[in-house]
Amino acid sequence: MPIATADREELQRRAWAAAAAVTDPEIPVLTIEDLGVLRAVRVEDGRVEAVITPTYSGCPAMNAIALEVELALRRAGFTDVAVTTVLQPAWSTDWLSEEGRRKLAAYGIAPPVGRAGGRRALFGETEVLCPRCGSSDTERIAEFGSTACKALYRCRACKEPFDYFKCH
Amino acid sequence: MSETGNGSELPLFTYTLRLADNALVLGHRLSEWCGKAPILEEEMALANMGLDLIGQARALYTYAGEVEGEGRDEDALAYRRDAFAFRNLLLVEQPNGDFAFTMARQFLYAAFAHPFYRELVASRDATLAAIAAKAEKELAYHLRHAGEWLVRLGDGTEESHRRAQDALDELWMYTGEMFEVDQVERALIERGIAVDPARIGPEWDETVSHVLAEATLQRPRDGWMQTGGRNGRHSEYLGYILAEMQFLQRAYPDARW
Repeated sequence: MPIATADREELQRRAWAAAAAVTDPEIPVLTIEDLGVLRAVRVEDGRVEAVITPTYSGCPAMNAIALEVELALRRAGFTDVAVTTVLQPAWSTDWLSEEGRRKLAAYGIAPPVGRAGGRRALFGETEVLCPRCGSSDTERIAEFGSTACKALYRCRACKEPFDYFKCH
Repeated sequence: MSETGNGSELPLFTYTLRLADNALVLGHRLSEWCGKAPILEEEMALANMGLDLIGQARALYTYAGEVEGEGRDEDALAYRRDAFAFRNLLLVEQPNGDFAFTMARQFLYAAFAHPFYRELVASRDATLAAIAAKAEKELAYHLRHAGEWLVRLGDGTEESHRRAQDALDELWMYTGEMFEVDQVERALIERGIAVDPARIGPEWDETVSHVLAEATLQRPRDGWMQTGGRNGRHSEYLGYILAEMQFLQRAYPDARW
């Protein structure tokens, strides 16, 4: 159905589906919908606006995500496209969907443990399960990993190193 | 010039700029470690912390520009101001020194900034509150990381202990400035927008004492404290940072690529 004649709900659905399918460039198994980065998609008089929210203050993936959302909407047939960023309510790992958590673990990244803000800042240790063998006998190797959202862990049971998506 | 702090600035602009400048200057200092960190993990950690801080600075500069309403964006505020217009704490512009010095500086800042941003989450200013909600969580990791290093260094070898203690002794005189309140801030505190640093004091004291005790390091005695950065009076070091950071925009104004 051409854009001009599709009804509003259909356009809305199509725009959301296009934007929601964009994946995180650092963690390609997660869509921005899984991550909770996509907040809204509004279609008004043929104009579409996607609203996204940043994860970490300095996450370099945000620029790439904004560009990808714009391209995805254009590919879906929209010509008047805007991507805006909102800061509130602030993103936290609580916004990760259950589906997102499952995908992370299947991909070999341990999903965040506990609720955001529920941890102790100083010397608090969290029990992180190995995404490969499920053992809780794991240890933190480095607080800061390959991206802003990850820490590096090692499983003492299966001896494999793995990424942990930090609670944020 | 409007940037000299002659009293004509909007208090909220000055306040936001101070927070942004702290984050940018400390973030830039950490970026100077790129390629030089003692171990690979630390290379990643320093870059990650620097990235967090520069990300916080970007959000704060963007907001400061909106508050000012004169069309300045984050780049204009970061690259088109000279040292006297920067409002950061003297603490964050101090040179990296050795690894112990960098970690001590990071610890002293984070021990303040973490509870500070946690309080700012309750600000009546919705944008500052939203920026703070992210910064608070990022700084929690910085505090833990720098705190663990201070313990490792202080309770490590004779040499690492000496270096960590020297760093604290040298940096201590820059800690008083974090707790200063001027008229700009007093008015914003009364309106529920700014954080009263007096509320942070007890927690900062406790964190510092706890970590230093664990690190077998001596807490330096409070003496005369350096001041001035928040009003544009800086140590000689800031100029060198800006010379490097701003070079491209000074040499090729409005350069784009």
